[in-house]
Amino acid sequence: MTSTKQHGGLARPSLGARLRRGVEPAVLLGPGLLFYAALVAAPVLLVTGYMFARRGRFGGVEWELSLDNFSRVTDSVYLEVFRESLGLAFVATLLALLIGYPTAYAIAKLPPRWRTVALVLVVVPFWTNFLIRVYAWIVLLNSQGLLNDLLVGIGVTDDRFTLLYTPGAVVVGLVYSYLPLMILPLYAAIEKVDEDLLEASADLGAGRVRTFLGVQLPLTMPGVVTGSILVFVPSLGNFVVPELLGGGKTVMVGNLIRDQFLKAQDWPFGSVLAMIVVVLLVLLFLGQAWVTRRVEGPARG
Amino acid sequence: MNAPLLEVQQVSRSFGDVRALDGVSLTIAENEFFALLGPSGCGKTTLLRSIAGFEHPDGGAVLLGGSDLLALPPNKRPVNLMFQSYALFPHLSVAANIGYGLKREKLPKAEIAQRVDEVLETVGLTAMAKRRPAQLSGGQRQRVALARAIVKRPRLLLLDEPLSALDRKVRAEMQLELKRLQHEVGITFVVVTHDQEEAMSMADRIAVLAGGRVQQVATPLELYRNPANLFVADFIGTSNLLPGPSAGQHLVVRPEDVRLVAPGAGRLDGTVADTQFQGGTSTVAVDVPGQAKPFLVTEHGATEAVRGTPVGLAWQHEVAVGEGLA
Ligand SMILES: Nc1ncnc2c1ncn2[C@@H]1O[C@H](COP(=O)(O)OP(=O)(O)O)[C@@H](O)[C@H]1O
Ligand SMILES: [Mg+2]
Repeated sequence: MTSTKQHGGLARPSLGARLRRGVEPAVLLGPGLLFYAALVAAPVLLVTGYMFARRGRFGGVEWELSLDNFSRVTDSVYLEVFRESLGLAFVATLLALLIGYPTAYAIAKLPPRWRTVALVLVVVPFWTNFLIRVYAWIVLLNSQGLLNDLLVGIGVTDDRFTLLYTPGAVVVGLVYSYLPLMILPLYAAIEKVDEDLLEASADLGAGRVRTFLGVQLPLTMPGVVTGSILVFVPSLGNFVVPELLGGGKTVMVGNLIRDQFLKAQDWPFGSVLAMIVVVLLVLLFLGQAWVTRRVEGPARG
Repeated sequence: MNAPLLEVQQVSRSFGDVRALDGVSLTIAENEFFALLGPSGCGKTTLLRSIAGFEHPDGGAVLLGGSDLLALPPNKRPVNLMFQSYALFPHLSVAANIGYGLKREKLPKAEIAQRVDEVLETVGLTAMAKRRPAQLSGGQRQRVALARAIVKRPRLLLLDEPLSALDRKVRAEMQLELKRLQHEVGITFVVVTHDQEEAMSMADRIAVLAGGRVQQVATPLELYRNPANLFVADFIGTSNLLPGPSAGQHLVVRPEDVRLVAPGAGRLDGTVADTQFQGGTSTVAVDVPGQAKPFLVTEHGATEAVRGTPVGLAWQHEVAVGEGLA
């Protein structure tokens, strides 16, 4: 009897095997979980707590229940900052999409060997320090800079333009910084689209524009949404680009939050601002999951 | 034969060193069920794609109803292609997939809905109208692809290995189904296949392709009875091959044309090597001295031949063919 139990193919796995099966995921997930607990969950909890406290006189917080921080957000000064940040991040995202889609499309249609080369080239700027790359734009955009030299040189204008320290410069900086984050998911989505589907669309009588709008774009929508979020999110929170290229005249939410913590020493209000951004982002990601499911999953109704 | 609908004239297409199509000429009649038959890689898909407009021949002409087809882009050709992969739009429902081509014709919404309903009925998928392609079986997907193509009422429907993705049983059903549909909708069908039985059972006429060249165009019966060359004789059905009357020629003798007779009374003598009873027929394999392969004979019912006994082989019908496939 006992021997059948040991040799039978359907015998229950040994205790050791069962134990290992339970322990293994824990071991594999452990470092990641620890990392997130310490560096994501804890700060979020802390910030959530700060939101309901009063500001300390020299930074920090006084643990005294208060809802003042929330009502302050509705102050028109802050609403204006949110409006402008959202506007700039939106324009930057739209531009990145308009530049990124044709780029990603062209890369996806390259012969396989050149695709890898092109993708590496897209990512290369990330290997250079972010600050240095933003500084480079100051050199290009200032009134004595290369771009003005060029415009005067080819006789477009005699007067030099004010390019630097404008919202436009901020948008340029944001697009430049985050364009690779747009191109990569778009490339992945475009590359997945079966060429037969585009041909089938033409076969059924659709022209190029119709095929793009009716087949190509819907099938690459997950890439469009992912890329847009990856550009929109860091653009919204960015405070280096507005400071360097916007000359401090353009204040974005990122600047505002940083100032609450480092200059105004108002941690509770900074926490509320930060949490608004976090909630916004969570909503965006839920939207992305919804779009992806709609394209890839079964139809409803 | 009805009036010619499609004329393919001396069409060639090369990919680097590979001559996928090498001077192909064909005439396909109105309302015909035409099959392009040949082994994998012989250029069948390239020919269909040239007619549909996704491949551009290096030379030659393609006429539809007498007018030049090659000058038109794919979306302007009154021809539809059913893709080997079906190419159903994964983000659209079955009904929207089928309606896609009608929308491009800017038809009124009500008419589109009505025609989609009709064709869903024809292919028996009314209950699946709201599903996505991913929720269908292989056979159902194939029928959606077919419905999407015929709902456009093209003058010519091209089908690239429409049944190859299906398992054997569904396949036999769909062969009959395709034939029935072709009658019902009255559209000229050009079906590509590498399966000779499939081509024989469905098509009015068959073009046998090999190495980018047309070997023979004929009715299934004609192909079987009078193969134009050795390639066709070998590719279609079973044949016994004997040295021909002149050099480079072969005699093709079909197994069912041969009778077993007393030794010395026939044209060849041999020894029965094996017998197989298949129900309606039996196959007798006869070893003939000097022949590498046994000579096959088909007899009705059970055979009286006994293994190891000497027999004679007699026949009337035979075809002398050249090598073909230059
Ligand atoms: N786009 C292409 N590029 C290179 N070679 C091709 C291409 N399309 C087809 N071929 C070659 O042309 C020949 C015929 O191919 P195809 O028409 O697909 O054959 P079939 O459909 O009969 O199997 C094959 O040798 C194939 O490798
Ligand atoms: Mg093929």
